[in-house]
Amino acid sequence: MSSQASAHEEPRDDFGAKLGMWLFLVTEMILFGGLFIGYSYMRSKYPAEFHHAGSELNATIGILNTLVMLTSSLTVVLAIVSLQRGEKGKTVAFLGATLLLAALFLMDKGIEWRGEIGRGLYPDAPHLATLPPGEQVFFGLYYTMTGLHGLHVLAGMGVLGWVLMRVARGQISRDNSVVLENAGLYWHLVDVIWIFLLPLFYLAA
Amino acid sequence: MSAPSATASTSEPSFLVDQGPRHGLLAWLTTTDHKRIGLMYLAAMVTFFFTGATIGIFMRLVQLSSLSHMMTAQTYNALFTVHGVIMIFLFVIPGLPAVFGNFFLPLQIGARDVAFPRLNLASWYFFMAGAVLAVTSLFTGGGPPDTGWSFYAPFSIKTGTNVTLAVFAAFVLGFSSMLTGVNFITTIHRMRAPGMKWFRMPLFCWSLYATAWVQILATPVLAITLVLVILERLFGIGIFDPAKGGDPLLYQHLFWIYSHPAVYIMILPAMGAITEIIPTFARRTIFGYKAIAFSSMAIAGVGSLVWGHHMFTSGMSLTGDMIFSLLTMIVAVPSAIKVFNWTATLYKGSIDFQPPLLYALTFIFLFCIGGLTGVMQGALAVNQHVHDTYFIVGHFHYVMFGGTGIAFFAAFLYWFPKMFGKMYSRAWAYAAWFPIFIGFNMLYFTMLVLGLEGMPRRYYHHLPQFDTGHVVATVGSWILVSGLLILFGNFAYALFKGKKAGSNPWGGPTLEWTTASPPPKENFATIPTVTGPPYVFPVEPRP
Repeated sequence: MSSQASAHEEPRDDFGAKLGMWLFLVTEMILFGGLFIGYSYMRSKYPAEFHHAGSELNATIGILNTLVMLTSSLTVVLAIVSLQRGEKGKTVAFLGATLLLAALFLMDKGIEWRGEIGRGLYPDAPHLATLPPGEQVFFGLYYTMTGLHGLHVLAGMGVLGWVLMRVARGQISRDNSVVLENAGLYWHLVDVIWIFLLPLFYLAA
Repeated sequence: MSAPSATASTSEPSFLVDQGPRHGLLAWLTTTDHKRIGLMYLAAMVTFFFTGATIGIFMRLVQLSSLSHMMTAQTYNALFTVHGVIMIFLFVIPGLPAVFGNFFLPLQIGARDVAFPRLNLASWYFFMAGAVLAVTSLFTGGGPPDTGWSFYAPFSIKTGTNVTLAVFAAFVLGFSSMLTGVNFITTIHRMRAPGMKWFRMPLFCWSLYATAWVQILATPVLAITLVLVILERLFGIGIFDPAKGGDPLLYQHLFWIYSHPAVYIMILPAMGAITEIIPTFARRTIFGYKAIAFSSMAIAGVGSLVWGHHMFTSGMSLTGDMIFSLLTMIVAVPSAIKVFNWTATLYKGSIDFQPPLLYALTFIFLFCIGGLTGVMQGALAVNQHVHDTYFIVGHFHYVMFGGTGIAFFAAFLYWFPKMFGKMYSRAWAYAAWFPIFIGFNMLYFTMLVLGLEGMPRRYYHHLPQFDTGHVVATVGSWILVSGLLILFGNFAYALFKGKKAGSNPWGGPTLEWTTASPPPKENFATIPTVTGPPYVFPVEPRP
């Protein structure tokens, strides 16, 4: 960018970069917040239907995925620590592990969705239409919220993959670790949202 | 910081001159200079404003009985939807923060740029992408959306028109607004010049700060609501569809949780700009600095809790109705505090009646009408009577156009010489005011009256008893537009042929007036050190 050639270069402001990231995370939380409001309202309207529909989901995969998600947060933290210690190889390895875990999460999610779709539990399915309205809304919310979360996992993978590449090339090191720290913050948010989704859907039964 | 140099500010070329490796249009499209980005928003928004105004003219024409068959009812529905979408999402919401906020926030706090210059450029591209999508939605798919700008479910779910794309456009525009909010908050926290304490900031910056918080806290709710509409239309997820257990009222709640605070996104920076103009032309420090700063934050806070007043007739519990009614009345208090402070600032001032002040006073007058009619509707009984009538249309045009629109003009008149280094013709700026003021009131005051008499909003045809009112309003719209053309013609002329303006033509007290007009690329040769409050008169002449 042309501005980087300027004579009055400002010193880099890591605190400012973090502040900006936290503000962005606030917007993400409120984005999901709208859905959580919708969920609370619908659940108070149809408690019995939500209870029954929740038992249709595969809690085993849900819990497995929670473990995968939590482990991936751990590997991100390890990557940050390694970067701050200047251990480039370890950083790349831990970031690679995070990406693998994220892919595993999405794969599980895919298997799960496939099973449910196979049983006719998806919006506008003829089978779903025969179920009580409360269960239809449950599945509408389920696909919306886990789907939006899945998109965030994908976005997080994109960001972490980009950071991994730049660490490998030596463009991100202990001197500008704030880039990885911010990417890590985003990944933790994706993790935290999942922690809320698990009880709301899988443990609703 | 660079070494201080006394001559640098006058010898450095202005930001309008290409200084990087790129030239011409490409230099602008890849710039990260907050001033250039502000001007790019300005160019886009003036275009959208006149597009929206043209559509408005056609909406008025169809209400003349002799022209009532110039378009079909479906076309009329599309026009009021598109008029609303363009004016609200492409002009009024982003207007002041994106144009004048971008340009003047760093200048007023003594910074070289915003905290994230590249993100700032990305926000502009999001804005333009949203605008392109919105325009595309008019000509593709099932034709222009016909739901009104509020996209109420269940109609927005059922209609065959191109709602999906239009809603996606609004989603993308929301992204632009959120990222600008993130940028401005970080800028204000981190980039203030040495000595620029919180309570030494110009009040325009305070208003941008309050606005940015609303942008961050409210916009995501709109984003998710619009995503739900899209998913509903594409996959039938059923959250707003009663047949599938969903609830259309949930849509209204989620929509207004954003869209009422959005009204404060629109009005707060306008109030901020007015707060800059009044002390400059009263030659007197602002009355009640802290009260104005805190009232901005109070408006942002309480304004986030009043959304239910759009839904008094939709079916809420009486308790809910009463709480929302009370909060709506309360939000009028901080707005009134500002009005009292502005008038108290003028009192015993040494008033220099320049065009920006004329438009600022017009803002206060029109905003008071808009605000008071708003309080009227906050009363539950009155609301039942005027809900969905022209009274509502008149009210929000007084607030949005008489408020934010006129403040936009006032801010433009005030900062034009700083932005371009040229001065417009003051005589023509005064001349434009008469048709604007007369036409505005003929158009919108008549709407208030028509609404009280029972004229419903968004109707294609009207009953004969409303004929006279509609003729008055339509003639008013012609007068208003002729005034707008004079005002902007004057700007356009000044851009090319205007006399050179000095660095401080109005005697303004804040930091942006201490640098050259137009400012150099880096704003200040040396970052200023601030030693006192922002509005100190008389302003020391610069060497």
